[in-house]
Amino acid sequence: MAELTYRDALRTTLIEEMDRDPAVLLLGEDIGVYQGTFRVTADLLDRYGPRRVIDTPISELGFVGAAVGMAMLGLRPVVEVMTWNFSLLALDQIVNNAAKVRYFSGGQVDVPLVIRGPNGAGVQLSAQHSQSLEATYSHFPGLFVATPATPAEAKGLLRTAIRGKDPVVFLENAALYGMKGDVPDAEFVIPFGRAEVARPGADVTIVAYSRMLHVAMNAADRLAGDGVDVEVINLRTLRPLDMETVVASVRRTHRAVVVQEQWKPFGTAAEIAASIYEQAFDDLDAPVERVTGADVPMPYARNLELLAIPHEDDIVRAVKKTLNRA
Amino acid sequence: MRESSRTRTSAAAKATQVDRAPAALRDAVPWYREMVLARRFEEEAERAFRRGKIGGYLHVYTGQEAVAAGWLAGLRPDDIFFTAYRDHAYALFRGSSPNAVMAELFGKATGVAKGKGGSMHLFDVSRGFYGGYGIVGGHVPLATGAAYAVRYLGTDRVCLCFLGDGAMNTGAFHEPVNMAGVWGRDGLCPIVYIVENNQYGMGTSVERSSAVPNLAARFGAYAIEHERADGMDFLAVRTLAARVIAQVRATGRPYAVEMLTSRFAGHGAADLFQPYRSKDEITKAKDRDPIAILEQHLREAGVLREAEARRIHDEASRIVLDALRFAEESPEPDPGELFADIYGLP
Repeated sequence: MAELTYRDALRTTLIEEMDRDPAVLLLGEDIGVYQGTFRVTADLLDRYGPRRVIDTPISELGFVGAAVGMAMLGLRPVVEVMTWNFSLLALDQIVNNAAKVRYFSGGQVDVPLVIRGPNGAGVQLSAQHSQSLEATYSHFPGLFVATPATPAEAKGLLRTAIRGKDPVVFLENAALYGMKGDVPDAEFVIPFGRAEVARPGADVTIVAYSRMLHVAMNAADRLAGDGVDVEVINLRTLRPLDMETVVASVRRTHRAVVVQEQWKPFGTAAEIAASIYEQAFDDLDAPVERVTGADVPMPYARNLELLAIPHEDDIVRAVKKTLNRA
Repeated sequence: MRESSRTRTSAAAKATQVDRAPAALRDAVPWYREMVLARRFEEEAERAFRRGKIGGYLHVYTGQEAVAAGWLAGLRPDDIFFTAYRDHAYALFRGSSPNAVMAELFGKATGVAKGKGGSMHLFDVSRGFYGGYGIVGGHVPLATGAAYAVRYLGTDRVCLCFLGDGAMNTGAFHEPVNMAGVWGRDGLCPIVYIVENNQYGMGTSVERSSAVPNLAARFGAYAIEHERADGMDFLAVRTLAARVIAQVRATGRPYAVEMLTSRFAGHGAADLFQPYRSKDEITKAKDRDPIAILEQHLREAGVLREAEARRIHDEASRIVLDALRFAEESPEPDPGELFADIYGLP
């Protein structure tokens, strides 16, 4: 067990996997000479050379698509998108090629591809650089979507992603890169589709992932002071989605609050809430609450930006609402 | 064809010497057979489409046979290639079973992709055919990355990327082709971009859609050696392909060839009236039928007699009719296939 930052957990996993398997290679903008925009790939060009650490032109469509072709030939490319906002330039390659080529070829190819980078709001990056795209990508069969919330998850989920046979949308969070946490050594792996009970409780279930997990945990601490015993479920991956763990929790607590940073309409929380209604309707004592970002393009002004993203207060309020104490 | 002599690049100046010795021509007879088979296959596929046996879209390759045949004749068995959606002939030329190709068009379990891809997504990875793709230009990045991969893996395999003139105006073309130019400096991108210029992207002509209608010349923007050549004469295409493939295999650098060709049919089976071109233009194009051109060469050289030619046509008809029957009689995919092949899982 070692204490690592989220960033170093990612970086050491890349190193371990590149040492283990020569088929693993990296592509992305400024990941080599520049050392990576968030320094996740710092020093890797020196370690592995330009054939394995490829600085690409600013061509998301081009290099994501090229990585799909590499994966079809048996390599294991790990592509960095500088932020997930830029992945929209490569959306056709991700959705129409990576996600579907196994299916429309009748199972003739594997696509062991990882696309990773920061997702979600930063600080005053405004409308084009602050989006949370997890629901967009979780919509498509053929993709896996991972949302690590801690350094340990960054490592365990990235290793699963790199060793798999399928394209993985690996959504990091810029605000978490500096976060420290204990990370098990060596062969530590977290399988996809297994949510974690991050905090056991009896009164209300909060479902969260990525950075919102930490906001939810803080809210749970505060609620404990008010005598409310909150259970927090950390999803870890959205595709596959571990509804079994969520539903088991809701059956015990009879109340649920789902938290997401993204816009409310057609979002992750809507999918989870609908699944709770389908599978545990009779167990509910209150409607499922959704805590989400405001339904607006992200504003630049700091005060407006703070109004646009979910906070502890919002979660506390939603939990109390399910308890009829609002 | 319009301006080929004026706009030839220096690379193209080394005119292709076509080997017309009897031995070389005898080697072309099997390719004549393949081209006749592909033609018959497309004729019957169109008929089956009209009878409602084939669903979705159907894009036939009629008129362009010498391009795919000439290039695939130059490939080694371990080489690879990617195509757009007008893809039936490549599969046949590469040795996929006509039965399995027709069954794929019929959406049957015995198809090359188990009936899950259809006409636009033929695949035969065991023969290096990494697929037909339905989004114009969308496969160019895949082929470029695949070319990098074969070098990365330490092999001297080569990747062919067939694309249409319409794909030249997509972003999906320009981004990877620039990357190929960069990777080629280190010998890491053994790819040939083969632009099949049949003069129309669906119904919009190259002239109307392209600021620079000399498509080969546009590769110069990415420092990729390129040339423009006639794509109707199999012997010339085969000779050119052998030279280019050998160079790309030796250097690991990309190369581009614009093949001037003709699409005898409409864009797809639904494009019956072709309002964008005259009957006269179509008739003229058909005057240079690649199968007739090759047949003439072979007949003149005395390596193909009339009786043999007739036998080849009859044989092709029989193979295609067998394929139709096979496709017709094959079972539909099992309902369990609906959820198979989405993930390979960890």
